[in-house]
Amino acid sequence: MWYLGIVVVAATISAGWLGARHESRPSWQSRFLEWFGELGIFSCRVARAAISPPYELAELVRQMDAIGSKSLPLVAMAGAATGVVLSLQTHDSLTRFGAKGMLPAVIVFSLIRETGPIITGLVVSGRVGAGIGAELGSMKVTEQIDAMEASAVNPYKFLAATRILACILMLPLLTLAADFSGIIMGWVTTTLTDTTSLRLFIQNGFRQVTFHDFLPPTFKTAFFGLIIGVVACFQGMRTRGGTEGVGRSATSSVVLSSLFLILADVLLVRFILVFFP
Amino acid sequence: MKNNTPAEPDNPAVVVKGLRKSFGKQRVLNGVDLTVAKGETVAVLGRSGTGKSVLLKLLVGLQSPDAGSICIRGEEITGLEIDRLNEIRKKIGFLFQQAALYDSLTVEENVAFPLSRHSKLSVRERKERVRELLMSVDMPEGWQKLPSEVSGGMQKRVGLARALALDPEILLFDEPTAGLDPITSREIGELILKLQRERQISSIVVTHDIPGAKAISDRMLFMKEGTVVAEGTFEELQQSGESFVAEFLKECSKECA
Repeated sequence: MWYLGIVVVAATISAGWLGARHESRPSWQSRFLEWFGELGIFSCRVARAAISPPYELAELVRQMDAIGSKSLPLVAMAGAATGVVLSLQTHDSLTRFGAKGMLPAVIVFSLIRETGPIITGLVVSGRVGAGIGAELGSMKVTEQIDAMEASAVNPYKFLAATRILACILMLPLLTLAADFSGIIMGWVTTTLTDTTSLRLFIQNGFRQVTFHDFLPPTFKTAFFGLIIGVVACFQGMRTRGGTEGVGRSATSSVVLSSLFLILADVLLVRFILVFFP
Repeated sequence: MKNNTPAEPDNPAVVVKGLRKSFGKQRVLNGVDLTVAKGETVAVLGRSGTGKSVLLKLLVGLQSPDAGSICIRGEEITGLEIDRLNEIRKKIGFLFQQAALYDSLTVEENVAFPLSRHSKLSVRERKERVRELLMSVDMPEGWQKLPSEVSGGMQKRVGLARALALDPEILLFDEPTAGLDPITSREIGELILKLQRERQISSIVVTHDIPGAKAISDRMLFMKEGTVVAEGTFEELQQSGESFVAEFLKECSKECA
């Protein structure tokens, strides 16, 4: 299994190098391998740039604000809507089975274990992925990235590493915000039909919750942040073809990061169930 | 024709030999040779798509050549480690065709950007240096504006101030007057000339503006299909029998008239 993995990684990286050297692209299979190979090379360059001083802390803080603070209203609204929908959808079903008392626990478990993280990931992928893809794409086609490199500033460090790190750090915090607003709005919706205090709702909801239910799903969103940041920066920094290319980069950043995020979620859920049963 | 600095042929700023570069099947540079002496200004002319801008990008290591050598101040830069290449890049200022100002930063921040990363100046000293640079390119106001809020000519001035920020020994200009009206073009040309006189910088100017090139350069170099087809002073080129060069210079006479 490991040998197979090594062979696949070697093949894709070789294809990436070949693709970088020879621009002729004979088939979609070759382009597919090239893309993964170039992504691998890009990731290595960013990782190397990120760990070597000097560190771009001011830019990191600016990106954390742009990615985290400015996504907060949208993520909180998405979480709130999810809480309302969960409450409405499960209320009747649980009443039918005589388990209405389980409603707070169902809402809390659904939100913190899966719905909160995935909703946050997809919302940020849409907002931030498109933003980074378009911003870096625009910088690429207007030669701003070349200008940065020509003035001896590493764009992999200044532009990519800061954005990727900001995504990694902010996703778990945004997930907490989505979980919080979802639980609050779940309570508001529930209490409109069956009046219950927030304290009782929280007590019932969190009675069975352990750290294993809360921490791994919240921190898995750091991987979502990694995926969104890497894919969006990569697509942005390889933009070609003027304004049309910028549009393509923004779209492909969202589509690819959402796709990889969903695939990663499947793997991470399996991983979490194995290691945190 | 510019007449300022004596060239030092034994210590050239840039030496390019047999430079080749292809993109896929398209061969852009096909064995370019070029030497720029210290303090000398060379204008590179030729039709669009002949590899002039690619040549500049190769000189600063933004792209790698397929073959050939590039020596900057006596040091070969092809295949150089990125850290060493960055040290050499600090000696080179690059004015891009569309100025390539960082559009999320103000004019002042754009000029301060290389200084904040490569100099040990305090915030106050850096501000003072930015002020000096912007004044030297005749940009006394609009420092807090974003690049999109200033005119094309001003963007070129800011780009030039940014290129000069680290006191480069070599300046590369990619179409410095492209897209500007004739008066602003002349002003930018005069500004380049003034800065060259003051700072004794070696320059390579890629341009289509022949009157401008004639005014600011010591030597002109004509490129066609990825190779240098003619080289010399304006007067020498006027005497050359190359039909391609004659056609270019005829256009110049029309413009000058």
